[in-house]
Amino acid sequence: MIDFLIPVMAAAISAATPLLLAATGELVVERSGVLNLGIEGMMLMGAMAGFAAALLTGSHLAGLLAAALAGMLMALVFAVLTLSLSANQVASGLALTIFGIGLSALVGAPYVGQPVPALPKLDIAGLSDLPVAGPLLFRHDGLVYFSVAAVAATWWFLNRTHAGLKLRAVGESAQAAHALGHPVIAIRYAASLFGGAMAGLAGAFLSLSYTPMWMEGMTAGRGWIALALVVFSAWRPWRALVGAYLFGGVGIVQLHAQGAWGLPSEMFSMLPYVATVLVLTVISARSQAGGTGSRAPADLGKPFRASR
Amino acid sequence: MRLELVRRPESPWFGIVAPLLAVALTVASGFVLFLALGLDPVETLYQFMLAPLTTFQSLTELGVKGAPLALIATGLAIGFRANVWNIGAEGQLIIGAIAAGGVALAFWNEAGWWILPLMLAASVAGGMAWAAIPAFLKTRFGVNEILTSLMLTYVASLILQMLVFGPWKDPDGFNYPQTRLFSEAALLPVLIEGTRLHAGALVALLAALAAWFVMARTVTGFEIAVVGDAPQAARFAGFSTRRTVWLSFLVGGGAAGLAGAFEAAGPIGQLVPVLTPGYGFTAIIVAFLGRLSPPGIVAAAALMALTYIGGENAQITAGLPQAATGVFQGMLLFYLLATDGLLRFRIRLTGARSPRAAQP
Repeated sequence: MIDFLIPVMAAAISAATPLLLAATGELVVERSGVLNLGIEGMMLMGAMAGFAAALLTGSHLAGLLAAALAGMLMALVFAVLTLSLSANQVASGLALTIFGIGLSALVGAPYVGQPVPALPKLDIAGLSDLPVAGPLLFRHDGLVYFSVAAVAATWWFLNRTHAGLKLRAVGESAQAAHALGHPVIAIRYAASLFGGAMAGLAGAFLSLSYTPMWMEGMTAGRGWIALALVVFSAWRPWRALVGAYLFGGVGIVQLHAQGAWGLPSEMFSMLPYVATVLVLTVISARSQAGGTGSRAPADLGKPFRASR
Repeated sequence: MRLELVRRPESPWFGIVAPLLAVALTVASGFVLFLALGLDPVETLYQFMLAPLTTFQSLTELGVKGAPLALIATGLAIGFRANVWNIGAEGQLIIGAIAAGGVALAFWNEAGWWILPLMLAASVAGGMAWAAIPAFLKTRFGVNEILTSLMLTYVASLILQMLVFGPWKDPDGFNYPQTRLFSEAALLPVLIEGTRLHAGALVALLAALAAWFVMARTVTGFEIAVVGDAPQAARFAGFSTRRTVWLSFLVGGGAAGLAGAFEAAGPIGQLVPVLTPGYGFTAIIVAFLGRLSPPGIVAAAALMALTYIGGENAQITAGLPQAATGVFQGMLLFYLLATDGLLRFRIRLTGARSPRAAQP
């Protein structure tokens, strides 16, 4: 049993990593009061750019940097539209997704079917050979550890630094933060770019580690699941980690259960999406019933223009 | 120095200038993009934008592809006006097509005039039922409708696959994942002999006309607009937000479901694993490009249909992936949102120490 469980759980951690990277980025974006629905598009651009750069330069690091940069450029387009030009955030985010799906397929067409070596697994002397914990926790690649470190860093930044406090203030009441002299738009730009970089890395994890190849539309809705995770997390980083691992687990369990009990495989493939709807419902019902404190930032999605 | 946006006085011209400017900028960006990809930009743009307008056959295709876009966008626009974000129209379309297909397959060896109307009614009911899920979750538990309606699209697409790979597979179809071809009685009449232009295009136009009437001339239309523009005023006036959410989802879902039946009983003539190249998503762009107003939506749907046909042309002549269409569609919406902002506001550079720019 344990021999079966360990690879399943290790695979769940792997499947959770892109969700966690993207959700952590979006969490910071939303905490600053910006709703970017374009994660799927940013992830795909990251996956494509990361793969192409790694293939052309032979360097994984170059791939990761290119992925983060591609995500940031996409986020910049979104930020200019919504923050500088006060465009509708929902419409801009959807446009970003449609644009990203198309552009990544167009630019990435020559790279389809090309092989690239997967990100190396970190082989930590001693730890990797531990029974149970070794294969479960210590045979992943660097991005897996980075994603967990990013959660810790995000928690620390939001709750323990002055800059994090300012960012949250901007998300709760942009007008009040503005009156106190905080640069609302600049802070929202910074948060949006961070979200873009994280979404780009999430994409690169898919194309350089999870399934080391590039295929158009390869994110398969993970960007949207990451958005749901942010709601699940009640905008708190550690809960995003728990949620990501739960969703990663559901994804892997459905893969292993395919065909069980004579049911069609599509019924299992539906699981992650159905689970997302159910979880969102439970979370919303609970917060409606009266304060588990899982309230969205008060100014989420509202455009801000300095009034004089 | 800093940028400032100063609101300009409203002008009726903006509504027309912004989309035209957005189209021009998209074409210019497409030129640069194709150049960067090492393609002949003039030839590729010609294939994309103009070639579809050169033959009668491809002009009728404009109606074939524009009809579902216009129909869905008309339904969605009502919700978008009220700030209700149904982005799962693709899923509602699929369920509508499944419902219509179920009727067609149940009576596939019968010939009655009632089969087609029954299919259309089933598709509307199916689309509405699928849209009712996010509407119920939104009004009952306050669940974000953007995420639920989108997640249900993935589920709908898997249900369709389950059926065409499983119980609904054509028994004489050499194991291809598709249903039987619909019988003659289950197919939409063709408007012009020798083309694929079907009666659904007329229905789409009528639906746009009806929606225009409701939004511009009835109290319900006014309520929807107020709930979207001034939720507080709407509450004081006693307009129900809950009712608006339900109305938006049912109309949007019903229209998308009907569009699904039109696709299945029109150009396709059976159920296949992938019914549309994402009409349900493109319709969102169509709704915005058309300024959420039915006449604008019809024009925008024709333009988007053009990019689909152009995309197919470019796929054949230049070997571009079909997704290139999405690049154009995304850019169009970007530029529209940007020009909207630029036309609504004047950009002014001010000195950082200017007393009017109160904050750093």
